[in-house]
Amino acid sequence: MKNEFDRRAFMRISAMSIGAGALLQFSPLSGTARGALMAGLGRKQNGEAPGPFSIVQLSDTHVGFQGPPDPLGTKAFERAVDVVNALDPQPELILFTGDLTHDSDDPAEHARRFKAFREISSRLRVKKQMHVPGEHDAALDGGVLFRENFGETHYSFDHRGAHFVALDNVSRGKPIVGDEQIAWLKKDLARFPKTAPIVVFTHRPLFDLKPDWEWFTSDGDAVMNVLAPYENVTVLYGHIHREDHKTIGHAQHHAARSLIFAFPDPSAAEKKPLPFNPQQPFKNLGIRTISGTTASRALAAGINDVELSLRELSGTEGIQQMLKVGESL
Amino acid sequence: MKRIALIALIATALLSITLLSVAQETAPRVVEITAKKFEFNPKQITLKRGEPVTIRVVSTDRAHGFLVKPLGLDLDTDLGKPAEKTITPDTAGTFPAICDHYCGSGHGNMKMTVIVE
Repeated sequence: MKNEFDRRAFMRISAMSIGAGALLQFSPLSGTARGALMAGLGRKQNGEAPGPFSIVQLSDTHVGFQGPPDPLGTKAFERAVDVVNALDPQPELILFTGDLTHDSDDPAEHARRFKAFREISSRLRVKKQMHVPGEHDAALDGGVLFRENFGETHYSFDHRGAHFVALDNVSRGKPIVGDEQIAWLKKDLARFPKTAPIVVFTHRPLFDLKPDWEWFTSDGDAVMNVLAPYENVTVLYGHIHREDHKTIGHAQHHAARSLIFAFPDPSAAEKKPLPFNPQQPFKNLGIRTISGTTASRALAAGINDVELSLRELSGTEGIQQMLKVGESL
Repeated sequence: MKRIALIALIATALLSITLLSVAQETAPRVVEITAKKFEFNPKQITLKRGEPVTIRVVSTDRAHGFLVKPLGLDLDTDLGKPAEKTITPDTAGTFPAICDHYCGSGHGNMKMTVIVE
């Protein structure tokens, strides 16, 4: 697939996916006058020179979910942990884009699900892990349990010259970021030049992907207006349980696959989880690879989806054994 | 003098009745929808294109939303706090309405249909 991204793109984006999400590799345009200029700007702005690095995005693990659409519970999440741990070299950073847990009316049970999530994610060799909440994590209690486990629901940090912004568009119950957080975002970005590489990670799409399915953020336009002056914006999100890519203005929006049942294409008549296929238990949770290079002034990106086979993922573990485990979850 | 006062009183009463009647004729129709986990009631309403109508949403348990973007409806209701908005639909069609305030595990099924004909 060829896709023309931002013509003044700062970063070369080369991504290779794992079974659970996208592995994005960012590298500045080294060896060019522009690359040198950007390296200098990055160093000046955040005290850290840009450099090539890789990140992993995992999304929608829904720890605690039980139901027919996915009888394997956390199996895909646990498999993703194994796959990420096998990456060589290891990514430097892992972003979780919400719905880490599945909610419960019983706060004590929901707390146990957060604990279970942390137990599984602690097996990751990569210890730099950043999180944003999904509505299943934070909408019923306003983000109390999320904050107890991971700290604030919105924040920012710098990593190798890129500025990462975590946005919360769930904890008010509605699909909204809110005026206060938008004012914070504007202030947070003010110290950066318009060419700075900015990576926003959040749960819901920041544009109207399919409002009838709640695939939107009501004030997403206001958020993107704040980001509009910036020329190199990447938005990573989850929520829709399927991959999706869209370029709007300067911003590239990428949804990661989920680690529990997938949803259909938004052109479908109904939002129903895709049925579980015992012969392909990770169908639609499979591998996505994206490779790209910046040639001339445009980015040619190749996106390759490879559906994971049981053998590739589970070694000698058979489907019957996995289903048996799933039943006991 | 008494006769003049009586005539004035009668005239005032007639005017009030007339004004009330006119107001009743022009007041928008009110369509009430109840919201509770995880359903709206009724499941379907029908509106007329060009006719003003007040949509009133009443929660019987907790916070819910009522969103029909194409009709400009984005209401928030809570227990004891009904929400309403008057609209004049200008486009015929069938529009899904959803709860967009997360209310629990069945939230995704909380929807209904608004028909404009």
